[in-house]
Amino acid sequence: MIRLHRDMVTAMLVHAENCDPEESCGLIATDPDGILRMVFPLTNALRSSTNYTIEPREHFRAQRHADARGWEITGVFHSHPHTQAYPSPTDVRLAPDPGWLYLLVGMEDRGHPVVRGFRITDGRISEETLEVQERNHP
Amino acid sequence: MTATINLPTILRAHAAGSRTIEATGQTVGEVFAAVSTTHPKLAEQLISPDGSLPVFVNVFVDDEDIRYLDGLDTPIASGSEITILPAVAGG
Repeated sequence: MIRLHRDMVTAMLVHAENCDPEESCGLIATDPDGILRMVFPLTNALRSSTNYTIEPREHFRAQRHADARGWEITGVFHSHPHTQAYPSPTDVRLAPDPGWLYLLVGMEDRGHPVVRGFRITDGRISEETLEVQERNHP
Repeated sequence: MTATINLPTILRAHAAGSRTIEATGQTVGEVFAAVSTTHPKLAEQLISPDGSLPVFVNVFVDDEDIRYLDGLDTPIASGSEITILPAVAGG
């Protein structure tokens, strides 16, 4: 189970809406205890409604931000503006790290976007249960 | 010049789990060539068979993306930090 704060879900949803009709994207950082600490909404360098590439310089700055706090970049999130929150064949093919968490924002039902989490290991998709918490960690 | 190379999680398995390694060279390419003698599996991820930088790897020297400098010919100063990041993409 992956626990994440409500503000993080809101940040991903707002980023998805702001980038619509293009795909939004960003990175996820966790602390040494594995607690999800931050989502970084970043620029989709492709400005595409069907693909994304995280802008490398923004990735670098997010990495530095995480390094300074002793966190690790441990995942990525992105939106599917027209389809469900499930990894596409391209997501599976390009998944950079089998240890990462992949959060998807599905906007197929425009009024009710959905956030789901997955692992992608050796081409296999497995879903992670997400527990949204209303209060931040101390 | 000796540079510190910061490795992303996906590449640490090729460096005995280390978060950073050190290597010497006058340019990024020379540093990566030095890595090929100490960590050959890691070097395979940093240099394509044709000697170019792989498409799905981003390399920064200190705060600069080497694609906007001189690529693998980007010079290294003593104490430089080379940060390797995977290109993150999907659809």
